[in-house]
Amino acid sequence: MTDSIVKLTASPHVRSDDSTVKIMWSVVLSLLPVIAASIWFFGPSAFFVLLASTAGCLVTERLFGSHRGSLADGSAMITGLLLGLTLPPGFPLWMAFLGGVFGMAFGKIIFGGLGQNIFNPALVGRAFLQAAFPVAITTWPAKSGQWWSLQGDNFALPFMSPVVDTATAATPLGHLKFGDDSVVTPVIDLFLGTTGGSLGETSALLILLGGIYLAYRGHLNWHIPLSIFVTTFAVSGLFFALGISQFPPLFMLFSGGMMLGAFYMATDMVTSPLSNKGCWLFGFGIGFLVVIIRIWGGLPEGMMYAILLMNALVPFINRATQPRPFGSVSKKQEEAPK
Amino acid sequence: MKGLLSFKNGVHPPENKDITAGIASRRLPFPDEVVLPLSQHIGTPAKSLVQAGDHVERGDVIAEASGFISSAVHATASGTITSIELWPHPGGTMVPSIRIAVDPYSTQLQRPRIVPRWEDVPEEDLSKEIARAGIVGLGGAAFPSHVKLNPPKDQPVELLLLNGCECEPYLTSDHRTMLEQPEKVYLGIRIALKALGISQAVIGIEANKPDAIAMMRNTAPEDLDVTIQPLQVKYPQGAEKMLIKAVTGREVPPGALPAKVGTLVQNVATAANVATVFETGQPLIERIITVTGRGIRQPGNWVIPFGTRLRDVIRHCGGLNEDAAEIVFGGPMMGLGQANLDVPILKATGGILVLSRDECKQQEIMPCIRCGKCLDACPIFLNPQLMGALAKAGRYEEMVTDAHLNDCMLCGCCSYVCPSNIPLSQLFTMSRTQLKKLAAS
Repeated sequence: MTDSIVKLTASPHVRSDDSTVKIMWSVVLSLLPVIAASIWFFGPSAFFVLLASTAGCLVTERLFGSHRGSLADGSAMITGLLLGLTLPPGFPLWMAFLGGVFGMAFGKIIFGGLGQNIFNPALVGRAFLQAAFPVAITTWPAKSGQWWSLQGDNFALPFMSPVVDTATAATPLGHLKFGDDSVVTPVIDLFLGTTGGSLGETSALLILLGGIYLAYRGHLNWHIPLSIFVTTFAVSGLFFALGISQFPPLFMLFSGGMMLGAFYMATDMVTSPLSNKGCWLFGFGIGFLVVIIRIWGGLPEGMMYAILLMNALVPFINRATQPRPFGSVSKKQEEAPK
Repeated sequence: MKGLLSFKNGVHPPENKDITAGIASRRLPFPDEVVLPLSQHIGTPAKSLVQAGDHVERGDVIAEASGFISSAVHATASGTITSIELWPHPGGTMVPSIRIAVDPYSTQLQRPRIVPRWEDVPEEDLSKEIARAGIVGLGGAAFPSHVKLNPPKDQPVELLLLNGCECEPYLTSDHRTMLEQPEKVYLGIRIALKALGISQAVIGIEANKPDAIAMMRNTAPEDLDVTIQPLQVKYPQGAEKMLIKAVTGREVPPGALPAKVGTLVQNVATAANVATVFETGQPLIERIITVTGRGIRQPGNWVIPFGTRLRDVIRHCGGLNEDAAEIVFGGPMMGLGQANLDVPILKATGGILVLSRDECKQQEIMPCIRCGKCLDACPIFLNPQLMGALAKAGRYEEMVTDAHLNDCMLCGCCSYVCPSNIPLSQLFTMSRTQLKKLAAS
C-alpha cells in the first residue's frame, strides 16, 4: 500500500498562531522598558538585584521543573523579573536570589509546575522576603552619588546584617502614611517614576505602555487592571471625600506597586479567574483590599497581600461564575410563574 | 466588519477562500467506479434494492429509506453493480456500500423524470417527494430534509432561514452555488416555504462574500418575502443555533430543535439541489464540491457525482503536492481526516481539503495556563477548561452533569484558540465515545 497519508488527526486541523511560549516571552519583552527605566533611575544596583532574583528562579526551575523545556517557556524568567522589580534597589543580592528560589519552589513547582499553582510565584517569593527580612525589604536608600555608585548594601554576605551607610528616604506611600508632615507626592512624579521606591514600581507610564501592548496582543485580560483601577479609585475616593483617609484617589492609583501589580501580577493567567465576569470580581476584590490595607494596615503597601488573598479565592470565583450554557434559562427564570 | 449581526464569542481563523472563490464550477469526468455507502445521512442506513450483476441507469433508486429518519440512495452513474460489500467510509468505519462499475460507453444522459413538477405536487406531499429524491442537508450534518420539513405540530415554524454563511475556512461551494445558481436557491426557498406553509425567509450570508450578497439581492424574485442579511465573518456562524441567534436574536434551548423558536434552517446548497431535483425530475446524485488547500495541484470547484472515490478526485485535480500532509473531508475546523484514498464522496461532502505541512503544523502541547481564552471562544458558553481537566482525569460522567458535555457541538473553537495546544474538542469527542462504551457495558 502506498496510500498512507502523512498525518491523520481529529478536527480542528488548523490552530491559531498564539502559543503559551509566545505569550510568556512577549510579557518579558513588554517588561524591558520598565527594566531599562529601573536601571536608569537606580543605577547598576537595579541590574544586580534583577539578575539575582531571576537567577534564583531559573536555577530552581532548571533543577526541579516539572516538564521538559520548562526554562524555554519563559515563565520562570517572568517570575524572576517581576520579583526583582518589587524589591528595593539596595536589597542584598543573596536575599534576592533566595526569594527567587523560594517563590519558584514553593509558589509554583510544589503545586506541579506551570499552570498548577494557586498563588503568583513572584509574590510568594516577595511575601517570603517580607517575612524573613522585614528591614531590608523596607529600606530605600536615598539617591546619592553618581549613577554608577551602588545603592545600599547589595553585596552584603548571607546572614550578615546589611550595612546601610547612606541616608534612607521614604517612598511616597511610606512618606504619606508614617511621615510627620504627610506630604503628598505630586502625581506627575509618580507617573513618570522620579520618586523613591522599588525597582519597577516607580514609573507608572512605562508599565501602562507595557500593559496596553499586552492587552492589544491579547496576552493580558484588560478586565482585571481596569476593574482594579476603577475599584481603587472609587473606594479611596469615597474615603478621601469622607475625610477618613489622607490618600487622594489619583495618588492611590499611581503609587507603590499598584501599576505593576495590576498589569503584571494580578493578570497572571494561571492565578486569575477564567471568565471575564470572574476577572471583574477578582479585580474588585484586589482594589478594595489594597485601599483597606493601605489605610488601616500596618504596612504602607498592600498590593502584594491583596493579590495573594484574591488568588486564594480564584477557585471559588471560578465556581461562582460558571457561564450559562447557550439557550438555557437560569434557575430563577425557570421557577418564575409563567 | 463590526456592527454587522452575529452571535457572541466564536473565532475568526484565516479564511483562505481566495484559493477557489473565483473559480467557476466545472464537471469532473465520470470515474470508472462509484461506491455508494448505504449510510450517507444521519439515521437508519438505507436498504439495498439491487444485487451484484444488475444493470442500473443514472438516477435509478438502488436503496430505499428504511424508517422515517433515513434517506434513499440513487445510482449516480450508469453501469453494473459489481458487489455490495463493506467499504471504507469517510467517517472512519467500514460501511455496507454498493459498488457500481461505470459503463464507459454510457452517455450518462438524464432519464425521464421520476420526480414530478413541484407545481403539480400538493403541499402535504412535497416532503414525500423530497424523501424519494434522497435529499439530505448538504451543509455537513446530512440530516434527511423531509424530516426537517415536518416540524413537530406543537412547535410551528414561522421563519425559514437560509444558511449562506459558509463559515468554515477554505470552502467555497456554497459561495459558488449562490453566484452560479441564484435562481435555483430561490426556487428551493419557494418549495420549502410551500412545504412548510409559511411565507417568510431570510438568507444569512457572511460579509466576506459581497458578490454573493449582491447576486442574491439582484436576483430576488419580487413576489417572495425574502431578506438578504449580511453577517459578520465569524466561525461557527453556519451552525444552526448560531445562525438563528445572529439573525433573530433567539436562543435555541439545549437539546431542542430550531422549531422551538419558530425557525427552520436550510443550507443554500440544499435549497439549490431541491430546485434541481424538481426542475430536472432527477434525484439528488451530484453537487458542487470545493477541492482546495495548498497540498493539491489544481484547486477548484467541481460538480462531482456521489460515490466518486477520493483517489479519482485527486487524480483529476492534478495530484498532490510534495508537501501535502493531511486530507480532510469538509472544512479545517470540523472536517474529518481521511486515512484511505478509496473513501467515496458523500452527499454532505462540501469540500475536500488537502493541507500542506505548513498549514497544519504539529505544535507542542503545553500545560494549561488557565488563560480563559477557550471560554471566550466557546459559542455556547461552556467551560472547555473545566471539561478538558475532567476529561484528562477520566471523570466523564461529571463532564455531562457539571459541564454540559452534551451541549457541546464539537465546533473546535476551544482547540483552535488554546495557546497551549491542548486538544480540547478532540478530548470531548473521545469522552463521548467513552461514555457510550460505559453505557453499553
